[in-house]
Amino acid sequence: MVSVNRFSWFKYASPASFYPIAGKLLPWFATSAAVLTVIGLYIGLFVAPTDAQQGEAYRIIFIHVPAAWMSMFIYVVMAGYAALSLGFNARLSAMMASALAPTGALFTFIALWTGSLWGKPTWGTWWVWDARLTSELILLFLYIGFMALQAAIDDPRRADRAGGLLLLVGVVNIPIIYFSVQWWNTLHQGASVSLTAAPTMARTMLWGMLVMAIAFWMYSIAIALGRVRCIILEREAGREWLSEAEAATP
Amino acid sequence: MNWNSWQEFLAMGGYGFYVWGSYGVTLVLIVIELAALAARGKAIERRSSRRQIN
Repeated sequence: MVSVNRFSWFKYASPASFYPIAGKLLPWFATSAAVLTVIGLYIGLFVAPTDAQQGEAYRIIFIHVPAAWMSMFIYVVMAGYAALSLGFNARLSAMMASALAPTGALFTFIALWTGSLWGKPTWGTWWVWDARLTSELILLFLYIGFMALQAAIDDPRRADRAGGLLLLVGVVNIPIIYFSVQWWNTLHQGASVSLTAAPTMARTMLWGMLVMAIAFWMYSIAIALGRVRCIILEREAGREWLSEAEAATP
Repeated sequence: MNWNSWQEFLAMGGYGFYVWGSYGVTLVLIVIELAALAARGKAIERRSSRRQIN
């Protein structure tokens, strides 16, 4: 027997039906991002104790580690959307990949910037060409390359295909970043959080970092939803559903 | 509570430049990203209202 009311994912995968859904979801993610940022900053700046080795300089961790996680995670999500877009010719997936790119680049830059400001007082240098830092810099170039490539191609469908290919090829960089601290000798310390080992840092430090990570996550979703709405309007201008929607609202 | 005064909080044990340099630049970049998105939405609105008049 075939179920009659089979839930259709494809129904929500069209730009026309996703546009209002994104608009409804956006305020929830934006509000959670704001609330979690306040909680995370409170824990990080007021509750978490001073680090025994690094003093107060370690408080950069509450921005640095969540931003570095997001820089890698957003790239993987974009590559997933690129695969969907190339495999199923799904327009919305390609739009989501484009919508995430500036935020991914932003978090990559923040990870590099805060890392540099953390490196100076703890390692004595702003920058070293070691595996972790160099592969993260390559990630920034991948984001910028993706955006430049899309901007350079006039036909949006061709821009999606070219950009998608770049994303899929560049995904090899992600495990290189993640495992670089194990594979090579590097100044950078090992993973801050491990699923298998007991936490090595104070519980409140860990909590501050996790709350900030979820806050950045909510922020990324909110801003990507807002940006994909702009992209939908820009690309679908002149199409029937949009003209009807525009005619309906004065 | 770790801090006895605002001065102590801002000094961050001598690492104020590095800590606030990190937090400050992050805040500025996020504000710029939000402003850029708002401007993009406004530009779309302007274009679509022009289309309706014509």
